[in-house]
Amino acid sequence: MKKSWIIAKRELSVFFDSLIAYIIIVAFLGFTGFFTWLYGSNIFFVGQASLDTFFSIAYWTLFFFIPAITMRMLAEEKRSGTIELLLTKPVTDWQIVSGKFMATLILILVTLVLTLPYYFTVWNLGPIDHGVVWSGYLGLLLMSAAYISIGLFASSLTSNQLVAFLLALFIGIFFHIIFEILAQSMSGNLADLFGYLNLSSHYDAISRGVVDTKDLIYFLSLTFIGLVLAEFGLAKRNIVE
Amino acid sequence: MDIVVENLTKSYGQQKAVDDISFRVRPGEILGFLGPNGAGKTTTMKAITGLFAFNAGNIRIGGKSIVGEADEVKKHIGYLPEDHALYTEMPVIDYLRFIAEIEDIEKARISERIREIIRTTGLQDEKHKKIGELSKGYQQRVGLAQALIHDPEVLILDEPTTGLDPNQIVEIRELIKRIGKEKTVILSSHILAEVEATCDRIMIINKGKIVADGTAQELQNRAKGQQVLNVGIAGGEPDQIYNELKNLENVEMVDLSDKENALFEVRSVDQHPPSKDIFDMCVRNSWYITQLTPVETRLEDVFRQLTMN
Repeated sequence: MKKSWIIAKRELSVFFDSLIAYIIIVAFLGFTGFFTWLYGSNIFFVGQASLDTFFSIAYWTLFFFIPAITMRMLAEEKRSGTIELLLTKPVTDWQIVSGKFMATLILILVTLVLTLPYYFTVWNLGPIDHGVVWSGYLGLLLMSAAYISIGLFASSLTSNQLVAFLLALFIGIFFHIIFEILAQSMSGNLADLFGYLNLSSHYDAISRGVVDTKDLIYFLSLTFIGLVLAEFGLAKRNIVE
Repeated sequence: MDIVVENLTKSYGQQKAVDDISFRVRPGEILGFLGPNGAGKTTTMKAITGLFAFNAGNIRIGGKSIVGEADEVKKHIGYLPEDHALYTEMPVIDYLRFIAEIEDIEKARISERIREIIRTTGLQDEKHKKIGELSKGYQQRVGLAQALIHDPEVLILDEPTTGLDPNQIVEIRELIKRIGKEKTVILSSHILAEVEATCDRIMIINKGKIVADGTAQELQNRAKGQQVLNVGIAGGEPDQIYNELKNLENVEMVDLSDKENALFEVRSVDQHPPSKDIFDMCVRNSWYITQLTPVETRLEDVFRQLTMN
């Protein structure tokens, strides 16, 4: 854990020393702010004190932003060879992967904290369901964790950032949309299976304010599997033909 | 700590990068790896650092296997990779702090240790610059600093002086020699003079196998069987002299090194010094010898002999 934190600290310093963190934060706030307050079916149009618009926009924005953050994390280190030097140090593959995971999750957390003024503003405008807001944030965070681990897995497979980005989106789109479509077009056990794999349904349940252990287990296990696969991706140098 | 490599084999696909290599290095010894590009130097060094699994054999450092007790063993290794694999976006001092933390140096000692290592490697003026902004030579120093920061018992240096200017090369060599007095050091290079100057023992690797192992002196003696002479002959046409020399029984190879002054480089057949034949030949043709000096076999010759086939 200590080693993971050292890795995470380094990643965070890279985020905040370069422009990455600021671009992500500004773009995220700009995007969600625009759609929440100014455009289309915004808060004023709906006429209810709720952050539903914000959550659905954030849900999609993070889907694209997270692969963009995670794509360089392992791929770039593989390309430049820094990962080799790191792996000759007393640190395990798991500590590297989990450290990078923590750093990205913290960046997302910071970004989400910066959207809290939306919440306070709406709270001032009318009676708001606090439970739904907080579970909405929880949903975003859980979804982010799952996509970060998928992004890290994609990044562990290649030394090309663009490939890592596209691969993460490709895997992500299954959980985001395709499993849902498959579940609808099939019946029986397969439909149940795809229905269960569909990330949106679990996210919707949580963001409606129903925090069920079933959904928590789904997100946590998806995250865990992603990280384990990322560790395997990194450790494949150890496979002897 | 001893480094013991036993029957190490590592292949990439069908190709064997390292083929059944065994050797041992003791503390206080600097071992120089020599070999043409792609001979398996880097692969062997990386295997010692525990970077990847290998097909067969074992590597033990201080009696502990790199396979079974990697975490324990890795603490005692300092590794300098051949490409500057550094986080270019980080300032030198932050980078060294990161490495120090990863290497489990006590928190209280980290700042002091960083100061020391920055002084040793001559990075005082560059410590706040980003690594990517440094010249190659300074990046190499950062690489050395990260390898040395935890005061490891075993040092693996892959081409430690590439990219340095002559003054820096001398400094770094001195540094390595100083460290090598107590520690176990393996360094690789394709600069023969460097290995000769820094290392106590030289190992030549070719196509994944060890082809020679010994001190510089021992390796030179091994190749002494063949004699090389610088011969100067006057009184005749250089081309004719060349042909006559070539036809001598004990001469394997003749090189016309200076046509103007009729100077030749003559390489003898094993164990047969050709001086008498050359003298007799001159008498026969009434030429005269202006020069006849045996050439000291250089490490270059040994290296070429062992790796050219």
